[in-house]
Amino acid sequence: MTDKLVQPFSQKRTAELAESLSAGGTIKGRSLWADARNRFVANKAAMASVVVLLLVFAFSLLGDYLTQFDNETIDWDVMGSVKELGRPSLSNGHWFGFDESGRDLYSRVVQGSRISLSVGLVGAFIAVMVGTLYGSVAGFVGGRVDSIMMRLVDIFMSIPYMFVLILLLVVFGRSISMLFVGIGLTAWLDMSRIVRGQTLSLKNREYVEAAVAMGVSTPKIITRHIVPNLLGVVVVYATLLVPQMILTESFISFLGLGVQEPDTSWGALISEGVKSMNYGTLWHLAFPLFFFVITIFCFFFIGDGLRDALDPKDR
Amino acid sequence: MLNFVIRRVAIAIPTLLVLLVASFWLMQTAPGGPFTSERPLPQQVLDNINAKYGLDDPLWKQLWNYITGIVTQFDFGPSYKYKDRSVNDIIAQGFPVTLTYGILSFVVAIVVGGILGMSAAIRQNSWLDYFAVGITIGAQVLPNFVMAPILILVFTLWLGWLPGGGWNGGQWQHLIMPVIALSTSYMASIARLTRSSMLEVLRSNFIRTARAKGLPNRTIIWRHALKPSLLPVISYLGPAFVGMVTGSFIIDSIFGTGGVGYFYVNSAFNRDYAVMMGLTILLGSMTIMFNMVVDILYAWIDPKIRL
Amino acid sequence: MNISIKATLMASAFAMASPVLAAGTHPETGEALADDQTFTYRVLDEHTSVDPQIVEDVSGSEIVRDLFEGLYNQDEKGNLEPGVALSHSVNDDNTVYTFILRDNAKWSDGKPVTAGDFVYAWQRLADPATASAYQWYVEVMNIKGAGPVMAGEAGVETLGVKAIDDHTLEVTLNSPMPYFALTTTHTSTFPTPAWAIEAHGSDWIKPDNIVVNGAYTLTEHVPNERLVRERNEMYWNNEATIIEKVEALIINDENVALTRYMAGELDRTEIPAGQYPALSQSNPDETTVFPRLCSYYYTINVSDNAPEFLQDVNVRQALSMAIDRDIIVEKVLQGGQTPAYTFTPGATANFDVPAVEYAGMTQAERNAKAVEMMAAAGYGKDSPLDIELIYNTSEAHKKVAIAVSQMWKQTLGVNVTLANQEWKTFLETRGNQDYQIARAGWCGDYNEASTFLDLVQSGSGYNDAKYNNPMVDELLAGAKTMTDPQANYTKVEELIAADMPIIPIYHYAGNYMIATDLENWPVENVEQNWYSRNLYKIAE
Repeated sequence: MTDKLVQPFSQKRTAELAESLSAGGTIKGRSLWADARNRFVANKAAMASVVVLLLVFAFSLLGDYLTQFDNETIDWDVMGSVKELGRPSLSNGHWFGFDESGRDLYSRVVQGSRISLSVGLVGAFIAVMVGTLYGSVAGFVGGRVDSIMMRLVDIFMSIPYMFVLILLLVVFGRSISMLFVGIGLTAWLDMSRIVRGQTLSLKNREYVEAAVAMGVSTPKIITRHIVPNLLGVVVVYATLLVPQMILTESFISFLGLGVQEPDTSWGALISEGVKSMNYGTLWHLAFPLFFFVITIFCFFFIGDGLRDALDPKDR
Repeated sequence: MLNFVIRRVAIAIPTLLVLLVASFWLMQTAPGGPFTSERPLPQQVLDNINAKYGLDDPLWKQLWNYITGIVTQFDFGPSYKYKDRSVNDIIAQGFPVTLTYGILSFVVAIVVGGILGMSAAIRQNSWLDYFAVGITIGAQVLPNFVMAPILILVFTLWLGWLPGGGWNGGQWQHLIMPVIALSTSYMASIARLTRSSMLEVLRSNFIRTARAKGLPNRTIIWRHALKPSLLPVISYLGPAFVGMVTGSFIIDSIFGTGGVGYFYVNSAFNRDYAVMMGLTILLGSMTIMFNMVVDILYAWIDPKIRL
Repeated sequence: MNISIKATLMASAFAMASPVLAAGTHPETGEALADDQTFTYRVLDEHTSVDPQIVEDVSGSEIVRDLFEGLYNQDEKGNLEPGVALSHSVNDDNTVYTFILRDNAKWSDGKPVTAGDFVYAWQRLADPATASAYQWYVEVMNIKGAGPVMAGEAGVETLGVKAIDDHTLEVTLNSPMPYFALTTTHTSTFPTPAWAIEAHGSDWIKPDNIVVNGAYTLTEHVPNERLVRERNEMYWNNEATIIEKVEALIINDENVALTRYMAGELDRTEIPAGQYPALSQSNPDETTVFPRLCSYYYTINVSDNAPEFLQDVNVRQALSMAIDRDIIVEKVLQGGQTPAYTFTPGATANFDVPAVEYAGMTQAERNAKAVEMMAAAGYGKDSPLDIELIYNTSEAHKKVAIAVSQMWKQTLGVNVTLANQEWKTFLETRGNQDYQIARAGWCGDYNEASTFLDLVQSGSGYNDAKYNNPMVDELLAGAKTMTDPQANYTKVEELIAADMPIIPIYHYAGNYMIATDLENWPVENVEQNWYSRNLYKIAE
């Protein structure tokens, strides 16, 4: 379900989603898919965000072709006097200027975008998948199972998070995939509690009770009836999650457990930029922060748009 | 209700025990120990230190001693790094600090976030809605390690209005910037959640019925819409509260407030086992307690949910 | 013997110069003093302890030097200056030291400071039950009987230190050690009040319980926020103290600290790496730079489980020569550091930096030689070498590593993988020779070249390169008893330069912002042993 978030415009997937929604039995009559698409397209902020987000994606994937510089080569003449010689300039091809160590900031931002976007998307994907399933099962099955599952969440939540990450990154080695898993696996807890809360109220709805009475199996009720109806909250929360993942990565970079030099990420670039913001090299902060901010804006607006579009009650 | 509380407290004890054992095991797995240092200590010295702290005992015995120490004397052990104070000292001094700005931030986040979210939902697609959405997103996109130094730059260096850090017994001047830096992103999340769930409720059948009956808007919102729309927000509050208390690492390290957040993260880096376990137990029991409160609130709001 | 004469002379000079404080002016310089004599400075991290025998970090030692006073202090140049001891004499074979203590030194509760307090403190340091991380310092001091006492095999009373009377302390050493008096400025050797420790146990250093004999006493401690110490009226030289109150604020982030300094909240803070040039332009009166007794280097794994290419001295030499140290100090750090071609800093007392060959070449020559040696080892741009460089997480280490990796890549075609590691993991990895090349740094324990060179001894616990050269061991062992060991030190440095188990990169410099009204910061003390009682603030 979450990869629909990731690619809101994959028609096939969205169609599947619409099917699953209507199959839920809550909606009858008109095609939900057509409705949802119409509503989404009518939402100007969401549409604009989609365009901008696509541009950011394109930038991160294709940006390297627009420069002759790479992200690690130091210009020794500029190094040491970045403040004077390292300013952004159109004439020398260093569009975003130089970073603190005399490297081309443009190509570092391009490469950092790639890392941050993938950490955000993959981390949120893991968190939403695990959290939604876990939360809905706990909430729906209820009783002792719910109690045990939620106590487990309590236990996980009270385990020192940084310590888990340090351990993961240390015991299993520093790698980007470990980072994905580590970030994703610590973020699903909130999701599961929210989903459980929603499920508790959904499960007393008439249509669920009807399905139970008809003898539909529990897994089927969860996937067919509960999860689709959680979509609104899940979508909104997932759009909160992507930036949260990106931020978490930056916090980890801030602690020195993130991506390794010469690779970088928005978080790493921003925290470097913040450190030197009062020293006359504001562009170190401005460029990565700009991409970071517009990306998060876009995710929020798209999330809102999707929520409005997918809400089956709004008709 | 009372039954529920008793049951939850009864479950909390084994939960804490499992948590304790798990974190104890995790710590032992991490490379290095509390006395790994730049200048490797001679084996002789290391042996003395280990003997003093009982770290030469078998692991199960260390754990047992630790647990009995807590149960019988409420003694959470010594800090291996800060040698002249105990974990009890650190908690006694740091926790009130964290709690003070944590609770303040929590209140600010709920009040400001809730009002923003509700007003945005009630006047969906008006300028107020856009304004609220804009503010909340703006507040959320600035990571607090960016916001905190900017606040110091503006309010301390340029305007000279506020002290740039420290705690000073919790004077209000020292509280303002930490609270702003800590609460904004939670405030934004709460606003967005409130807005979205309120919108959902406003479109539900019973509200439509109420409208059809011709009830005044104000009554509909306060009497009927408010409670159910708080549901998703409330389940966010548990994690948010714990996040504000534990996530204060950046606040402590940038503003030098002296709360437990800094000790919590750094005890992991320092392998300061007892400090980490003590804080884990403290924050773990807070998490459990707060989640219980959230569940009670749930039942209060939606009577269909059985405790 | 020289030292004791000098110490006595200085003591009398001091006595003559301690006048009644004229209100508002400095007794010696006559400068107008500020009304508010509060000195506030930034510390990076919470201190480990303020107990002299327990403390193990720099910021803790700074506090301990204010709260307690040992036999000798250091003056602003790092020379010995009388503390509780007025002078000392030595027997003919340099093994028995007798210290004469002043009779006017008092603890803050009014009791006199006696030789017995030193005996107690030193026994406490050596006692296994104390479990001090600095227990080994007793061995550095070479006190007779230290080994068995430390091992718990003999009682503490067998340690070679005894009080002849209240004001005479006699120390017996295992073997002759001409520089023994120098070791008594270390905080581990400061006296401690037995009665207070017996009364309060480990809580004796809490502000309410503490009994001190230094110029200041501890009045407030909020963990991880601040520590306040205020004038101790009972200090024997209290009249000469000008600063009334010292506040140490814990500020983890150096950039935030600088902002707060600029806002006038601090009197002293460190300058973040790379910011010295700009600040020395904008605030020329406040920036201070001075050499430190520290070396920054990369250690190469030459142990048996090191990869084969690191066993090849050509590779090690090439890597060292390809590093342009001028760029590191002038463009990366920019804070007055000096390029290092030898391990021991030139600032070390009685040490002449040997002229190793590659130090005299130009960088172009070094680069050419490096390429040549790399080719001799069978590597070049066509058959590149892959190397992993580890460093512990820190902005400054990162900047240096980035620059070095690019130098290696651009000059030698070496592919460098950079890996920063969290501190304890880093120490484990490096200590277990689980690395190829690792960042390292060392600050001298005392101002003598052996504090550095002992590190390359095969048995040294800090020899993470696992460098093993019997000739080096022999030279260093010989140096211990020589009156002038310079010749041996020179040879050791030459051997290091030839084998290159470690790549010296630069020697540290201290970079401070010091408020214009704060005077008398001991910039010439390379160990940076400063005492708040020597500072003062002038009226502006």
